[in-house]
Amino acid sequence: MVKKGLLTFPSLPSIVATGVTAGPLEKKSPFHSHFDKIYDDESCDAKTNEHGHAKLMEDACMIALSKLGKVPSDADFFLVGDLVNQMTPSNFTATSIGIPYIGVFAACATSVSSMLLAALLTESGMSQLTIAGSASQHNAIERQFRYPIEYGAQKGETAQWTATAAGIAAITPHRNGVPSIVCGTFGKAVDMGMTDPLNMGAAMAPAAADTLKRHLEGHNKQVSDYDCIMTGDLGKNGFAIFIKLVQNQGITNIDNFSDAGMEFYGKNPDFMAGASGAGCSAAVYLSEVYAKLLSKEYKKVLLIATGALLSPMSFQQGDTIPSIAHAIELTMK
Amino acid sequence: MDKEKYAKIEQSITPTTPILKNVFRAFITGGTICLIAQFIAVFYMTFFNFTERTASNPTVATMIFISMLLTGFGLYKKIGQFGGAGGAVPITGFGNAVISAAIEHKTEGYVLGVGGNMFKLAGSVILFGVFSAFLVALVKTILVKLGVATW
Amino acid sequence: MFSIYITAFVVGGLICVIGQLLFDVAKLTPAHTLCTLVVIGSILDGFGLYEPLIDFAGTGATIPITSFGNALTHGALAEAEKHGFIGVLTGMFEVTSSGISAAILFAFIAVFLFKPKGDV
Repeated sequence: MVKKGLLTFPSLPSIVATGVTAGPLEKKSPFHSHFDKIYDDESCDAKTNEHGHAKLMEDACMIALSKLGKVPSDADFFLVGDLVNQMTPSNFTATSIGIPYIGVFAACATSVSSMLLAALLTESGMSQLTIAGSASQHNAIERQFRYPIEYGAQKGETAQWTATAAGIAAITPHRNGVPSIVCGTFGKAVDMGMTDPLNMGAAMAPAAADTLKRHLEGHNKQVSDYDCIMTGDLGKNGFAIFIKLVQNQGITNIDNFSDAGMEFYGKNPDFMAGASGAGCSAAVYLSEVYAKLLSKEYKKVLLIATGALLSPMSFQQGDTIPSIAHAIELTMK
Repeated sequence: MDKEKYAKIEQSITPTTPILKNVFRAFITGGTICLIAQFIAVFYMTFFNFTERTASNPTVATMIFISMLLTGFGLYKKIGQFGGAGGAVPITGFGNAVISAAIEHKTEGYVLGVGGNMFKLAGSVILFGVFSAFLVALVKTILVKLGVATW
Repeated sequence: MFSIYITAFVVGGLICVIGQLLFDVAKLTPAHTLCTLVVIGSILDGFGLYEPLIDFAGTGATIPITSFGNALTHGALAEAEKHGFIGVLTGMFEVTSSGISAAILFAFIAVFLFKPKGDV
């Protein structure tokens, strides 16, 4: 039966390997021990930020493939995205890696939307190995969406810090002993009239609450079914609003809720409300959460990546910020 | 859920801006920058042939030079984060806006990158400065010609 | 002589406080705030009020961006006094050249010396 926006994967496609790379500041992340590679240079010694961004993503892909003993030509599809105009870092990576490529854009929710699409391709039998994921690089993204890096603008405590990180998953038909994709929910774009680009958590929280509600009702699940329900990059403020919305839906037990962006820098106030960026949720999901699934500390998780669908131009032209959230359910048997 | 209802929930949770703290920091930061500039102005008046009025030009240039070093070494953004308007309003903040935009766009080349983007933040200040000066001077000149005001 | 340091600090600080209030209370962006202050400086000079402030506070009045509006207007008015309406156009940058030329020059030098870091 078709249910709007809901996906189920009876064949249980598996995430057989992951690759996570990060920039130098991300050493401050409590998750850094799970990252596969951390660079000493913000732009990975590349000549521009955008090439550094591409290198971050490419290295994450190569790491994921090498864990399987594979090379890029073994993969069938390449589904990645980022936040730079026209996704040039993803395009550069696709050029050098040479796998048939579908660019995916869902702002910071690309981590989950790319994995859902990869699972669909696998479920349909069209793919034996798909590489999916997303990345962000602080300097490239900040300068596009906000001010020059060295400009002394004051950011309030609701602002977030774009993380330099990439998270890449290798997805194949079902295999035992690795986490599998059970089901997922594509979100609707939600616009609650928020306008402040330095408080994007508030714009994204309603989208996350909406997707959670649709996922639970559509797939007939309870919050208590999950060991962990982790949103993407709502940040401290957005997460607080999200929890309030969830409680308004009648869900009282929120012990298993957390937010990747809020936790990313260990609540260090230098980073205001926490991390954001397409690489933030991808890196946490595919390092920390993946490792806990592998070790069977978590048996079932729900990951709800959130994205703010704005551009600097839409903001300056006075538009409000639409947002989206996509959910994916992973299990470990 | 409608937008108004959401706005209420959002406002009840989003922390309010700590205005008193920000104002205090802006006062200290801006005051300190002006104080340092005063020492530099006195230096120019004492050791070179500048008067109180003419010392302003080399002082401004020196402050922008200092702003260049602070911006280049990544310190001005910290001053801006701490001091808010205290970092933005003094001429060093104008310098920071021009310099940060210039180094940001170096990778796009000297003409289209640096040249084309140098004033992307500070350009509006020049526009509205020139336009308001034009209007004010025009009105005053008319008033003087009419004999309503004097220079 | 010594009091000029105190007035510079206090007046400079207070102008920045106005800027901070425009940020936090009026919710203006930095660019809107700076433009507003420039216009205020320009208007104050139209009433002949900015020069006395400089006499009183020294760099406390010349370093904040309001002084840029003042200098533009002051140049325009000085020329207008000599040449009439033509002077309004020609005099504008007479006084204020050092701020803009220093910013352009040092920004171009900085391009060769530095690159943006992106640290905290």
